[in-house]
Amino acid sequence: MDTVDGEINRAVLTARLKMERLRPDSPPFLLDISIEVPPGITILFGPSGAGKSTVLDCIAGLARPDQGRIAAGEEVLFDSHAGINSPPQARRIAYVFQTLALFPHMSAEENVAYGLDGLPHQERSARVEEILEAFRVDKLRARKPPEISGGERQRIALARSLVTRPRVLLLDEPLTGLDAELKAAIVDDLRAWNAARRIPILYVTHTREEVDALGERVMAMDHGRVVSEGTPIEVLEAPRRKRLAQAAGFENLLSATVVDLREADGVMRVHLNGSLSELEVPLGYAAAGDRVRVAIRAGDILLATMPPQGLSARNVIEGRIVRMETCGTLVRARVDCGVEFIVHLTPGAVRSLELAERCRVWLVLKTHSCHLVEE
Amino acid sequence: MNMDALLLSLRLALCVSVILLAGGLPLAYWLAFSNWHGKFLLETIVAMPLVLPPTVLGFYVLIAMGPHGPLGKLWQMFFGHGLAFTFEGLVLASVLYSLPFAVQPLIASFESVDRTLLDASAVLGAGRLRTFWRVILPLSIPGVVIAVVLSFAHTMGEFGVVLMVGGNLAGVTRTVSIDIYDHVQSLEYAEANRMALVLLAISFAVLSVVYAVHRRVGRRLWTPWTAK
Repeated sequence: MDTVDGEINRAVLTARLKMERLRPDSPPFLLDISIEVPPGITILFGPSGAGKSTVLDCIAGLARPDQGRIAAGEEVLFDSHAGINSPPQARRIAYVFQTLALFPHMSAEENVAYGLDGLPHQERSARVEEILEAFRVDKLRARKPPEISGGERQRIALARSLVTRPRVLLLDEPLTGLDAELKAAIVDDLRAWNAARRIPILYVTHTREEVDALGERVMAMDHGRVVSEGTPIEVLEAPRRKRLAQAAGFENLLSATVVDLREADGVMRVHLNGSLSELEVPLGYAAAGDRVRVAIRAGDILLATMPPQGLSARNVIEGRIVRMETCGTLVRARVDCGVEFIVHLTPGAVRSLELAERCRVWLVLKTHSCHLVEE
Repeated sequence: MNMDALLLSLRLALCVSVILLAGGLPLAYWLAFSNWHGKFLLETIVAMPLVLPPTVLGFYVLIAMGPHGPLGKLWQMFFGHGLAFTFEGLVLASVLYSLPFAVQPLIASFESVDRTLLDASAVLGAGRLRTFWRVILPLSIPGVVIAVVLSFAHTMGEFGVVLMVGGNLAGVTRTVSIDIYDHVQSLEYAEANRMALVLLAISFAVLSVVYAVHRRVGRRLWTPWTAK
């Protein structure tokens, strides 16, 4: 084991990323996450469009976050404040793409040796030999990717990435389309390879089966954020409703207890658990005393600096701003009203209302902006 | 048959193909991968010879090469003689005239290379130059073949530009197409026919190469008539 490997053993990948991407015909995509990937396999789980691949691209240096910091162990790879942004060539981060991206005109052996440019010939072939054997594809060395079967192509892509002795491995749904047995065999070989080296491996997937099969640590992502983190059981068995509501884009998910029903008005009053506040929400199939969840989009909440009067909106809640974060052209305010609300504001609104942390504010919520989700 | 004219045309076509390949690779790379906003301007300039009458292009090249033109003066300074009505002048004019036939197939094939392969190359530590030589170029061989073949054939057959820039000097600027024109002017149809058949055969051979390559790669990379 050389010194480079000794250094790798302690490397934890940390990434804080903020990124805004404008998309035609839909609201801008906001990525805002902070993750820590210890040695071993960590799964990044979430539906397509959650931003998983963007996270990998940022870590690999193929995409540039607006703000944040990425570090592998001690070494800073990206830091927007310090102006550090090392190119993908210098990061020593391996990346296995969803399409594998094997070079179709090169043999398996040439593919694997590609990243070892500059090494003396002898060491180069020794390393290629070693890794081809570790991933059981040494018999296929002379074949080109189109002539190699699924499963073995994945093994060659892993070998090509790992032969460079990277400090982090990123995997973007590399085993999609393989049957469970084949997946398990490949993952076993990957685990065996990593047993001695202990590098952080970030494995992206959108299928629960892979989470169950691989799972050590799981981070669930949705709409550019990490929504839960833990063991596969903790993450996958979290209340289904909660995940559904968040998948639909609700930043505020509050638990509440039904106080009374006003059927003539089509509304009911609920008490927000953990606070003194009450909300008027659309009538749902519930009885007084039932526990419900109320989901509210951060962009649906109005914010006033004085107690508002003469409003059609039925819900006005007093609170205090505890935090404001600027995220591209969006300001995210956390407002403590006994329970915490997330409110989205424009930078212009923040300036003209002179909003700051610790400001006293009133939140205005329309009854029909409160969506009921059964507990 | 006028062997001088045929050899001259072949020599001209060869020179032009080699120069266009050497210059076309970096130019096409830049046009395929640059994000510069003004890129379309350069694309327009490269495509101009496709729509410009050869006489117009030839006229301006002739002016530029003339004793008072910038190119002519520069050439005079370095080599002690003018550029117009010389073989070198013919090469220069032909390079400009055949530019789109070399550059556009190269751009098309560079752009058809899967971008993930370029990302893969980058994360494996390869810089742009290495990625170009090891990944982009080997996967663009059909485009390179088409570029060379088309610029060769196009130069072989050109008439207007040659007439404007080169005139009609035996062994220096009298190419096959000029020779045919001369024969027809002198009512020597049999002679004209022989030369014309040679050009016809070359064009047929060249286009069969283009279509055979297209057939092999299974997709249309670029043909001049799709761009026109």
